[in-house]
Amino acid sequence: MVVAERKPLNELLEMVQPYKKILVAGCKGCVTVCNAGGKKEVEILASELRIARKKEGQEPDVKEITLERQCDPEYMDQLTEVIKDRDAVLSIACSVGPQYIAGRFDDKVVFPGLNTTFIGGSLEHGVFAEFCQACGACGIHNFGGLCPIARCSKSLLNGPCGGSSKGKCEISKEVDCVWQLIYDRLNRLGQMDRLTRVIPCKDWTTSRDGGPRKTIREDLKL
Amino acid sequence: MKSGSQLEKVLTGGHFAVTGECGPPRNANPDIVRQKAAHLRGMVDSVNVTDNQTAVVRMSSLAGCLILMQEGLEPNLQMVVRDRNRIAIQSDILGAYALGVRNMLCLSGDHQKFGDHPSSKNVFDLDSMQLIQTVKKMRDDGKFINDQEIEFPPKMFIGAAANPFADPAEFRAVRLGKKVAAGVDFVQTQCIYNLDRFEKFMQQVRDMGIDEKVYILGGVTPMKSVGMANYMKNLVPGMDVPEEVINRMKGVGKKDQAKEGIAIAVETIQRLKEMKGIAGVHVMAIEWEERVPEIVEMAGLLPRPQV
Repeated sequence: MVVAERKPLNELLEMVQPYKKILVAGCKGCVTVCNAGGKKEVEILASELRIARKKEGQEPDVKEITLERQCDPEYMDQLTEVIKDRDAVLSIACSVGPQYIAGRFDDKVVFPGLNTTFIGGSLEHGVFAEFCQACGACGIHNFGGLCPIARCSKSLLNGPCGGSSKGKCEISKEVDCVWQLIYDRLNRLGQMDRLTRVIPCKDWTTSRDGGPRKTIREDLKL
Repeated sequence: MKSGSQLEKVLTGGHFAVTGECGPPRNANPDIVRQKAAHLRGMVDSVNVTDNQTAVVRMSSLAGCLILMQEGLEPNLQMVVRDRNRIAIQSDILGAYALGVRNMLCLSGDHQKFGDHPSSKNVFDLDSMQLIQTVKKMRDDGKFINDQEIEFPPKMFIGAAANPFADPAEFRAVRLGKKVAAGVDFVQTQCIYNLDRFEKFMQQVRDMGIDEKVYILGGVTPMKSVGMANYMKNLVPGMDVPEEVINRMKGVGKKDQAKEGIAIAVETIQRLKEMKGIAGVHVMAIEWEERVPEIVEMAGLLPRPQV
């Protein structure tokens, strides 16, 4: 899933400070799963905004909505009514959400309430980690099913570098050396020969480096 | 001859090679490089010029190399893949050769998190293994990465680093073998303080026949003080400084620690000279170039061969 985390309240208050009528818009997709932008988080953020406005002696005017998804044009319709009288929208979807709102509602000011952090998964309750960089040409089977592009600090395809120590990456003792994990796994799989092959330069055209990407599914187009 | 560099001639001539190191300054003053050059002249066969080591902004390696050449020393251009994509890498290789550089050391580079610009974006378009392949392809096939012909190809003597003390320990020799397969001609190792562990690494290297295919230069860095020894032990990733080395430094008075550090370095070189499969030493006297002459003198490495 896309993992995101909420921006600090002070930053959000500063963003929406000039605007009176606010809409907080959540999303039932990935950000609900990672507890950053679902219905519950919309309620919490809206309450925080109201309290802050009251403290400043203002009458709060904050509405709430949580869309099925903010990354699909058809669900944008759910905003049409509620957005009409709003001065600004604070979207707590991943950054796709506020961009969709901006694209659809020309006259509305939109703010991102979250920092979209990575494509990843949860390790335990409340702990998320990065697993994919969306390079557009998956080859993790070459690495025991683990991705060195996303999970090695230097994205080395022929690791581990000289900074691998006791299973940890040189940048932090909190970061696993994915090449140690790859090594251990290939060892268990009896595929150590993979480690002796030199992996040549990667073609990054399928990655962001090739420019903004688009996928067209002819079989699904109407 | 692949490149015709002095270092290549020394190694292929069967001489025990000595390389030095020069870290360019964190400013634009060429005299600092010239001063370092003066200490190393006649003491080493070739001088590595570091490439923004520890991800701290310094005068460029290529500029440092050029100044060394003007001073009559042979440089070894260090190049990291952290800061350049394949376009910049190949361009810099062409430029370096055009200016007279004949040796290159291919590195991945310290992560910028350690450096003075941790907010920078890194590149890592290639890794160090692929950089070796690239330099070799340019030299031997006369082609760029994209297979286009190079009319006048750069002919570099290709170096790489090896850290025998990183993990997984049993993979380090295998990874060196990969660098050889990628096309490396010589290797300079991480600083050696744990000779017993290094000996084990070399045993594995010899068992795999790797020492027959590549020139291995053992890395030696003299320690100035107990403080430096502790720093290396605790804060430099992938460094193995045994307790007995620390104790030996501690065992002498503060004013004698530098002397003791140099004595340890000289003893290390002497053991490396006897070790099968070792073709030379790489003396990295970090901001201490003025002590290199006495180290190589005491280690019996002078005069350097004229080849």
